[in-house]
Amino acid sequence: MALTPLEFTLATFGVSIVAGVVGALLGLGGGIIVVPTLTLALGIDVRYAIGASLVSIIATSSGAAAAYVRERMTNLRVAMLLELGTSTGAITGAYLAGILSGRWLQVTFGVVMALTALQMLRPRRSALHVPPDPLADRLRLHGGYYDQAEQREIRYRVTRTPLGLALMLVAGVLSGLLGIGSGILKVPAMDLAMGLPIKASTATSNFMIGVTAAAGASVWFARGDIDPFIAGPVAAGVLLGAVAGARVLGRARSRTIRLAFVVVLLITSAQMLWRGLQ
Amino acid sequence: MTAEPRRGPSEPVDPRVRRVELLISNLLRCGVLASLALIVLGMVIAFVQQPGDLLRPERLVELTHPERPPPHRLGEIAAGLAGLRGPAIVTLGLLVLLLTPVVRVAVSIVAFVYQRDRAFVGITSTVLAILLASIVLGQALH
Repeated sequence: MALTPLEFTLATFGVSIVAGVVGALLGLGGGIIVVPTLTLALGIDVRYAIGASLVSIIATSSGAAAAYVRERMTNLRVAMLLELGTSTGAITGAYLAGILSGRWLQVTFGVVMALTALQMLRPRRSALHVPPDPLADRLRLHGGYYDQAEQREIRYRVTRTPLGLALMLVAGVLSGLLGIGSGILKVPAMDLAMGLPIKASTATSNFMIGVTAAAGASVWFARGDIDPFIAGPVAAGVLLGAVAGARVLGRARSRTIRLAFVVVLLITSAQMLWRGLQ
Repeated sequence: MTAEPRRGPSEPVDPRVRRVELLISNLLRCGVLASLALIVLGMVIAFVQQPGDLLRPERLVELTHPERPPPHRLGEIAAGLAGLRGPAIVTLGLLVLLLTPVVRVAVSIVAFVYQRDRAFVGITSTVLAILLASIVLGQALH
């Protein structure tokens, strides 16, 4: 298959718009769409594909977060606190990359993600049973947003902040090791452990993944692995897709977002298990 | 775009908090628009400068070959920009994009100083320090 540069640019741009919409809605960076498309369908070297995927993570984050912060869907205080965990984890992960076996890591996370997906499908306990969290009280992490689908203000209390921070550390390590945004772990950590509603979890994850990816992207950039002919159309497409996707989240039903997230989680889990066990 | 979020009428909003939210939102929006404009402009210029490339499949292989890294040293990029070369303009747009989250964290520190929230000034300063450290370490490794 011999594509011309024009065809390549248009194809990459089109797929990236889709990746931006999905990423904005689910709190992910779009790497799960961008990387396989570039490597498998378009025959691009995996280094350039990961470089482009880091760019895509930052593009989704900035593109969607402008709207989410304005609409209060993002919990800014939770995001900035948890960035402590993700950034520490990312720097650790980059250091560990030469030491740990990528194979077993993939298998471990594949299993963890499958279990997480099952957990996310179980009905949630009522908000009345949220255990008290003095740290969340002291840092004033509790939040609320106006849900357009339900036409009402949703107030929520944040809980288990220390556990959330620890999980973000793990997510950060994975980001540093694999060059991903790891929204796939951040969203369940906020949703399952910390008690944020699913939409607040995806919007807050969206806000955070840009910072996690920025450090990684600078390294890939310095190595010359961010090619303007590949990353350019990816960035432009993802930015447009993310801005469009951010307009949809408010109106989407929480149940739909949760189900879509679980499906993507299962696909990612299968991908990781496949690569780890091959 | 309205300045107020769509919310119930009974919700009191601290104006300082709201101002910070709008500041961060606007900052992200500026970063997004600037990088998008530079990337699109650069791509158009790149193709206009060498229209023959558009339809030659072998040119795509050259452009995306891993053995021939694109210009990525700041000096090369500056030279490309001075010559108004398309790929250099795209790269500048990508750099603006990469720097947006870093600037966002830095601006958040100022915002929390403004809100007189000492705990969060400390938290965001630490995040910025870790972020800058990992960027510097990353450059040093390569």
